[in-house]
Amino acid sequence: MKINDVILRTVTKIVVFIILTLSVYLFFSGHYSPGGGFIGGLVLASAIVLMYLTSDIETVHKGMPFDFKLVAALGVLIATGTGFASVIFGKDFMTQAAMKLNLPIFGETELASVVLFEAGVAMTVIGVVVTIILSISEDE
Amino acid sequence: MTINLAIVIPFLMAILIPILYRRFTKLHIGWLVLAVPVIIFIMLVRLIPFVAEGHTYSHTYNWIPSLDINFTTYLDGLSMIFGLLITGVGSLVILYSIFYLSAKESLQHFYCYLLLFMGAMLGVVFSDNLMVLYAFWELTSVSSFLLIAFWHHRKASRAGAQKAMLITVTGGVSMLVGFIMLHMMTGSYSVHEIIRNVSQFTDHQLFVPAMILILFGAFTKSAQFPFHIWLPDAMEAPTPVSAYLHSATMVKAGIYLVARLTPIFGGDAIWFWLVTVAGLVTLFWGSFNAVKQTDLKALLAFSTVSQLGLIMSLFGMGSVAFKLGYSDSTIIYTQATFAALFHLVNHSTFKGALFMMVGIVDHELGTRDVRRLGGLMSLMPLTFTVAVIGSLSMAGMPPFNGFLSKEMFFAAAIHMRDLDIFSISSIGILFPVVAWVASIFTFVYCMIIIFKTFFGKPYEKSEGKPIHEAPIGMLVSPIILCVFVVGIFIFPNVLGQYILKPAMASIYPGFAPAEVLTPKIHAWHGINMELLMTIGVVIVGVMLYRKLKTWKPVYRLFPYRFSFNELFRHLLEGLESGSNKVTTSYMTGSLRKYVLYIYLFFIVAVGGYFLFSGGFAYSSANDAPVEIYELMLIIVMLLAGISMLFVKSRLTATLLNGVIGFGVSIFFVIFRAPDLALTQLIVESVTTVLFLLCFSFLPEWKREDSPKSVKISNAVIAGAVGALVVVMSFAVMYYDEFDSISSYFENAYELAGGANIVNTILGDFRGFDTMLEVVVLFIAGLGVYTLIKLKARKEDTDNEN
Repeated sequence: MKINDVILRTVTKIVVFIILTLSVYLFFSGHYSPGGGFIGGLVLASAIVLMYLTSDIETVHKGMPFDFKLVAALGVLIATGTGFASVIFGKDFMTQAAMKLNLPIFGETELASVVLFEAGVAMTVIGVVVTIILSISEDE
Repeated sequence: MTINLAIVIPFLMAILIPILYRRFTKLHIGWLVLAVPVIIFIMLVRLIPFVAEGHTYSHTYNWIPSLDINFTTYLDGLSMIFGLLITGVGSLVILYSIFYLSAKESLQHFYCYLLLFMGAMLGVVFSDNLMVLYAFWELTSVSSFLLIAFWHHRKASRAGAQKAMLITVTGGVSMLVGFIMLHMMTGSYSVHEIIRNVSQFTDHQLFVPAMILILFGAFTKSAQFPFHIWLPDAMEAPTPVSAYLHSATMVKAGIYLVARLTPIFGGDAIWFWLVTVAGLVTLFWGSFNAVKQTDLKALLAFSTVSQLGLIMSLFGMGSVAFKLGYSDSTIIYTQATFAALFHLVNHSTFKGALFMMVGIVDHELGTRDVRRLGGLMSLMPLTFTVAVIGSLSMAGMPPFNGFLSKEMFFAAAIHMRDLDIFSISSIGILFPVVAWVASIFTFVYCMIIIFKTFFGKPYEKSEGKPIHEAPIGMLVSPIILCVFVVGIFIFPNVLGQYILKPAMASIYPGFAPAEVLTPKIHAWHGINMELLMTIGVVIVGVMLYRKLKTWKPVYRLFPYRFSFNELFRHLLEGLESGSNKVTTSYMTGSLRKYVLYIYLFFIVAVGGYFLFSGGFAYSSANDAPVEIYELMLIIVMLLAGISMLFVKSRLTATLLNGVIGFGVSIFFVIFRAPDLALTQLIVESVTTVLFLLCFSFLPEWKREDSPKSVKISNAVIAGAVGALVVVMSFAVMYYDEFDSISSYFENAYELAGGANIVNTILGDFRGFDTMLEVVVLFIAGLGVYTLIKLKARKEDTDNEN
């Protein structure tokens, strides 16, 4: 069955970037306003799923040659690893730290270790969602 | 700190090994692994002088203080002995394994498991907190399982691994219950705190149950009768593993626990009888059965069972000193404990050497069957020497260390006759008798090891390759152990003063100064009862060995049907078929049924709870007025929901489901929960894609044609679930059975530095939950992947099963 999806394809090309930008924004804004690792990751994953829907798997894979299982595994490692990091510094498990920095362009910026944790969450979400969808769709 | 490191290093290395394995393809990975136990051994040896002076080391790292679970490491004399054994024997075994296992085996797995075991075992002996100890304890079972099944293409290996796992883990769980009971009594998981306060609890009603449950764990681990059946089957493991786990270290974990807890439970009649009798029966049964074995490794397995029984019974005998209290006349009974510790070390040396010897024979000849072996003395002189030294030490002959501890064992058994507590006096004579009889059998099987393997008709190899001595690398470890066997005989008091003395102090806290408890060990103490018993053992043993053929039919008196192995098999099969029946009765494979179960359970559990707790309360006083657009939204969702029941294609149903989902997210927006709205929106989109993907694999949608009664009951259940959810959502507003938790998050900005309270909860307050959820999500993803991608490939079943 051949579907004429020119409109979808054209829109996707632009929309994907908007979604990707949104996901990055959501990820970083999570500390003070709505967003965060889980939502950011999920939005990013849905962007990837959209790309898979419009073009075939090989094309997308050429653009993003990641093994998403590895992405998920790395995410879990980071999320648990940040928990243990505080142990190494002699604090209790999963103690988070934050510091304020004055960066040239961004002005006063807060660096928080919770960002790393959230990054782990986001990566796991992306990896798992894409892995599940890919493995179901690739099944013969 | 050193001790924390000692536990952590093996685990770190276990993670690194699979990575390093690919880098060092030329080098046998074992050399890298060898560094771990050697380093820890040296670290521990440096601490010996301090521990010998009576110092102890303790370091606490708070883990879950609210549950009284802390990572407390503790080093005293007793844990020192075990730490030295684990790392010392561990070094030798790894050295030996480098030559035993060819590079073709999957070495990275082997050493990864071995390091896991080493770390877990060190964790067991260095943990002061019972919960941490339990965690490490189970980890030793798991790693032992993995190591026994290392050659997992063999059916016997898998069966042996399963048996060992089932028995030791059953014991482990009962032990956990025992620990929890101890905590309920004393309010502490710390062994040393419990020991300090134990006198207040000996009359507690949980005291005896806790003791029995913990002993059950210790007995299964240390292969005490009748749980010994897993140990002979575990011999399917590679020989280095048998030498390490199943003779020198892991099986001694149970003994360690008994020794460690003697200050708590010792002095109780039940403890004395259980430990002593289990030990003596095991001692006798193991040695008696070892004689009939034809496989050298099985023979050694039974001999290990028997020796473990010996050590166990000695700890039992030593515990009477707690009942009697400390005085000059009772000091004699503490000597049983001293003998136990002494024999523990000795057993590790000679049994390790013997296992390695059998491994060499197996490696060079390809068989361990005593009926086929023979005449190896001239072909393998060094191996023969190892076998003679090891066997004679096990038989309790001078000039080897086994002689010294065996004599002390006899002495301890003889002293039991004079006791008149615990109603011992009537049967006190049995102690030395059983000890003596078991020692005779021990002597007989030691003779079998030496004479059937190395003397007699030469072994003929079918391929005609000449038999030669093992490579020197394999011989180094057993020879080092043999040096210890002889060395300890010559200088027993070095061991006594530096290693055993502090251990005595940790088993008998508050007793006399450790110097008094530590006797001078003499090889020659005049002609006394013990020596006469040893001479008797030799005379009767030689006679029995000579006449082996005439009395061996005795073993046929026990029909196989009634053996514990058969009992275990029947139990297992019954369990398997029973649980299979139960499971297949409700796991029909029909998704509709499963959903039904879930809903029924929901109705019964949640609905029942609301019904009986009387938690439902509702008043409309505080409700906000319903706006017109909210009403419209509700109507849209209702319409979508109702029409879903009547649509004829899955696609339409999914879309309608999406309408409900998006409706909910609009509600979230209206009620100012942007986080939830965002999440709901994205989840809704992704699940719709998922649904559509899955539908392409499903068969055509057929009209449901179940009978009317089923349809009605389904409708009732569905309605009930819906009603219940409505009730719940009304009730949560007024529910007051639990305190509100919102006060925890009031200072979110100060505590977590974030203005978005949802994320501070997710990432900080409940960060632990989030972390575990991430792990669960990952596991679920992997599950889906493996289910779909790695469907049982039918052509790949060249395994034995």
